[in-house]
Amino acid sequence: MSIRHSLLALLQDEPRYGYQLRGEFEERTGSTWPLNIGQVYTTLDRLERDGLVEKDGDDGEGHVIYSITVAGRAEVMGWFAAPVAATNPPRNELAIKLALALTLDGVDVGAVIQAQRVASMRLLQDYTRQRRSAAGNVGAELSGTAGSGDINDAAWLLVLDSLIFSTEAEVRWLDHCEGWMARQDVGTREKAKPITGTQPPQNAETPVSKVGSK
Amino acid sequence: MSNEVLQLAGVSRTYGDGAMSVAALRNVNLTIHAGEFVAVMGPSGSGKSSLLTLAGGLDKATGGEVFVEGTPLGGLSINELARLRRRAVGYVFQDFNLVPTLTAAENVALPRELDGIPSRKARRQAKDALRLVGIEDLADRFMDQMSGGQQQRVAIARAIVGNRRLILADEPTGALDSATGDGILEVLRSRAEAGAAVVMVTHEARHAGWADRVVFLKDGRIVDEAASQQDPSVLLAGLAH
Repeated sequence: MSIRHSLLALLQDEPRYGYQLRGEFEERTGSTWPLNIGQVYTTLDRLERDGLVEKDGDDGEGHVIYSITVAGRAEVMGWFAAPVAATNPPRNELAIKLALALTLDGVDVGAVIQAQRVASMRLLQDYTRQRRSAAGNVGAELSGTAGSGDINDAAWLLVLDSLIFSTEAEVRWLDHCEGWMARQDVGTREKAKPITGTQPPQNAETPVSKVGSK
Repeated sequence: MSNEVLQLAGVSRTYGDGAMSVAALRNVNLTIHAGEFVAVMGPSGSGKSSLLTLAGGLDKATGGEVFVEGTPLGGLSINELARLRRRAVGYVFQDFNLVPTLTAAENVALPRELDGIPSRKARRQAKDALRLVGIEDLADRFMDQMSGGQQQRVAIARAIVGNRRLILADEPTGALDSATGDGILEVLRSRAEAGAAVVMVTHEARHAGWADRVVFLKDGRIVDEAASQQDPSVLLAGLAH
């Protein structure tokens, strides 16, 4: 995740200090990827060193205000114009786990898949519930007194959709693996000592911590 | 709990005899309460559709018993079963199964009129049902004047007309695009919140995500369940703005 570009983009809006930047970032992404304030200030220092932002006085309460430079604006434009690079696949613990489960004797691959499917399905239910609730808020705001919150809520909806679609993809991939194994008749050999039961794996945490750990 | 709308107690369904027999469902136990939205998932041939047809009284169990609002279906005559289906059970199909030569209101009123309800009253109930699914203003349209999503809403209205409390939906979003499908899920969800028991068979994880509970079938058995977090405060901790 590019904190650097995210902060720079927010500064293009208007000059802000560190806590404001953190608040704006989390507001627009539903606090899905929490920022710690130390990260924010370290990043601002680097942006200043690189000539992309500059200190612009304070707000009278001791908060240093940062504003974007001309070079900073060009950097933001370049960021939005360029596709996100996916040269290396992100590390996928589940894919690694399944690959190892398939190749090691004594692991019940079917049970690994099913435990993960239940955990992922639960996550999908939770995201869907949050989305319905968020969509209700957006609908209410659009039909009522539209405040500054509505566009941020809409942004949060799109972030939730992204989480929903990637979790759906995970479940579909698990279905695919199971179907493939059934056709190949693999994964059922050497099941004398299955090491995985029907309990969800340890990393099947709440949606918040799962997201936060990325 | 006393608000059980559907109960499958040790239900089995075997087709054929002897060595040629195929078990579609094996000793399935499942209870669904009023106000619950349950999705049934599983690979092809896992018994999803069998479960739904047995729950709707369209087929008979070869073992165990199906109860709808406390009534065991096994002991009912064909006429009694048909009457119970019209009174208590609404079925929603992937391809809608609507009568093209009838208007939306006439399609919805049909099961009520078959049940001997006077036409005027049946029409009034049909209008109520169409209002609940958000298309009251399309009551006089014929099916070829409606989009797929609108037709599926008619089918759902037909399933809930007369306050039937059990809605069984077989891939109800299958023929619809993503946004239209979400609209149908929203309608099913709101019916559950209004007190109906909704059971939906689907192979789409994203659609099953709308359910309170997801039941996984494999080889005719329930192998797992996933239930949404019941406490919203747990969910929203850390997500609060």
